[in-house]
Amino acid sequence: MSNTTQTKTSHNPLPNKERSKLPRQRVPEQDAQVRAHNFLEVNLGFPAEQARQESLRCIECPKPGCIEKCPVSVDVKAVIDLILAEDYMAAAAKVREDNALPAITGRVCPVEDQCESGCVLGKKGEPVGIAYLERFVADWERETGRCGIPRSAPPTGKKVGIIGSGPAALACAGDLIQMGHQVHVFEALHELGGVLVYGIPEFRLPKEIVRHEIDVLHRRGVEFETNVVVGKTVTIDELMNGEGYDAVFIATGAGLPRFLNVPGEHFNGIYSANEFLTRVNLMRAYRFPEYDEPIYPCKDRDVIVVGGGNTAMDAVRSSLRLGAKSASIYYRRTEKEMPARVEEVHHAKDEGVHFEMLVNPVEFIGDEKGNLIAVKCIRQELGEPDDSGRRSPVPIKGSEFVTPCSVAIIAAGTSANPLIRMTTPGLAITKRGYIQADDSLATSKPGVFAGGDIVTGGATVILAMGAGRKAAKSIDEYLKSTVQSVN
Amino acid sequence: MYEILEARPLARGIKLFVIKAPRIARKQRPGQFVIVRLDDCGERIPLTLADADPEAGTVTLVVQAIGKTTMLFNMLEAGDSILDLVGPLGKASEIENFGTIAVVSGSVGTAMAYPTARELKRAGNKVISIVGARSKDLMVLEDEVRAVSDETYICTDDGSYGDKGLVTDKLKEVMAGQKLDYVLACGPVPMMRAVANMTAPQQIKTIVSLNSIMVDGTGMCGGCRVLVNGSSQFACVDGPEFDASQVNFDVLTQRNNMYREQERESIERLQADPQAELDRLRRRNHKIECAAEVVGVTNE
Repeated sequence: MSNTTQTKTSHNPLPNKERSKLPRQRVPEQDAQVRAHNFLEVNLGFPAEQARQESLRCIECPKPGCIEKCPVSVDVKAVIDLILAEDYMAAAAKVREDNALPAITGRVCPVEDQCESGCVLGKKGEPVGIAYLERFVADWERETGRCGIPRSAPPTGKKVGIIGSGPAALACAGDLIQMGHQVHVFEALHELGGVLVYGIPEFRLPKEIVRHEIDVLHRRGVEFETNVVVGKTVTIDELMNGEGYDAVFIATGAGLPRFLNVPGEHFNGIYSANEFLTRVNLMRAYRFPEYDEPIYPCKDRDVIVVGGGNTAMDAVRSSLRLGAKSASIYYRRTEKEMPARVEEVHHAKDEGVHFEMLVNPVEFIGDEKGNLIAVKCIRQELGEPDDSGRRSPVPIKGSEFVTPCSVAIIAAGTSANPLIRMTTPGLAITKRGYIQADDSLATSKPGVFAGGDIVTGGATVILAMGAGRKAAKSIDEYLKSTVQSVN
Repeated sequence: MYEILEARPLARGIKLFVIKAPRIARKQRPGQFVIVRLDDCGERIPLTLADADPEAGTVTLVVQAIGKTTMLFNMLEAGDSILDLVGPLGKASEIENFGTIAVVSGSVGTAMAYPTARELKRAGNKVISIVGARSKDLMVLEDEVRAVSDETYICTDDGSYGDKGLVTDKLKEVMAGQKLDYVLACGPVPMMRAVANMTAPQQIKTIVSLNSIMVDGTGMCGGCRVLVNGSSQFACVDGPEFDASQVNFDVLTQRNNMYREQERESIERLQADPQAELDRLRRRNHKIECAAEVVGVTNE
């Protein structure tokens, strides 16, 4: 998409040697003791001067590893140069060419495994803070009320339906609208954004940011319709045959929460992470009774969260903010195997979250009213590596122990939601119930594409966005090929 | 935004609403439900679809004022709008010719049972309806039920209308007189449990429609999980109808009490100044309606 990388002269006044000597800028954060009791954003973001200082560190590699490692191939080098030129608007438009949601990815991407892992500076010292720079550009755009919108292709007259409004859906919508197609997004919930609004908490990703990114997509021409559960309210066949959609992209997310299937899991006070986070985030239960949706009280009580992923960190940190007396992560392996982002784990520790490793709940214990009062766990040790390459935990006989707790949140992953597969004849699925898609993300049904968690199982925001972009490309090619066959 | 076209009181604290929702009206089948959110501070609650008119693009809800949201809902009138309405959710009722069937319903449960009873009648069943309420002024949809039933029995707890007694007393009588092939029970949990206990010894296929607490209604949160045959099932996607003999009613009751304190608090807040709450809802929804053009988010 970009040619600035090759042709423009650099706006960086420093020689390369001096650039790499500059220290990485520390992003301002809310104090840990303060933020543990509010839902305001933890990271405060770079002010312009810090963004400039951090940008000066980029040595402008001829073959930038950061771009290579980015699932959506953002032209990081060009963006950084535009920051140094202080043309933030152009920087925003440059990011948006490849990334429909920069204010979001700048906050939630696991950058240590992606762009920043490709940065040469990281080999000897610390990589350039790429996510913070991306966030700076996107925030500047939003705060100044301006919008770096890339130019769209002329209308093609083709209509694409996108099912879901999470990261895969929005990334796909952004690319398709730019290619000149008409795009209509169907969302099952009352609010747009999918996991970005029901899953990721306000203190990590303010809703206002998601709303803004969606508003930008709307201004670019994407249509949105809420309260449509595809598979129930309307089927894919009805969309393609009755409502005139030329192609459909299924981006519904992973769906059903997994429970532990141990005795007592139905007691009051036991939540799936999906439900707990949905109540807190989407329904704003932390502002009850101003908002109507209630949440089981966490205040002055002991809360445990079972799991070691980002969802577990989000849940445990939310419980602290709801006033929990103690908030603990119970994970069946060790900290090394935890799938959560390093930064999230650090944040949780700073805020006072307790980590209990190598334990697994075997039973929940309730009182006569059916309210949770304790959890019985067994200690484990690491055995041989399993299919995922991680060492499997093995229970230690006789090591059971009982810990009092009033709230337990199960963050043990999700499985495929069957709504679409049950109502879409001809759609091939995998053994685990996910939708089967080839490398181009085409499904077994002509004109129907699928991507994100409903294909891969639970993953990250940016991987879903990468799938959304890939699907957009495939859908574009498909639409062009059908034009030819009709003529 | 979903416009209320008709709002008609049916009984004390129970109101019927006809609401414009063309997509839902096209797809609705008996036994399914919707999730409602009144305004942008509202909670999401499930309500059974009492009827739908695909041509008019409307759905019918029968709402009993029990919690804050249903109380506020029942203050709405024709011309008002509710912010969110999504569905039809859950599995539709199983409709086939079972033979002789009893449809047992209590209070507002009659609104759930009625559309299924109508379809079962169309499918060729002999339909015996047993409708109960605490007293006469809580009885709803009697004429509708009579129109689709071969026999209709009315019971009230206080004897103010029909026979004095519980629906299960009447069911016992009916069962003594003839062999039932199928029973559908919709209503309060104790009533459904009593029906289940009564039909189990004779192994009569008995279906109950469960009213668990829900959030999304699409299987995403698992809040509505119930113990069925010893394993967790989601009422929103696996139900709402289940084989009564396999349902653990104790767990259902316990989970439905999970937010009792908060529900009480919300009701107190509403009752402190109901008119102010209603005005606030109308203002909020009006504001959103005006902004919808600008934002471009549609729903119908």
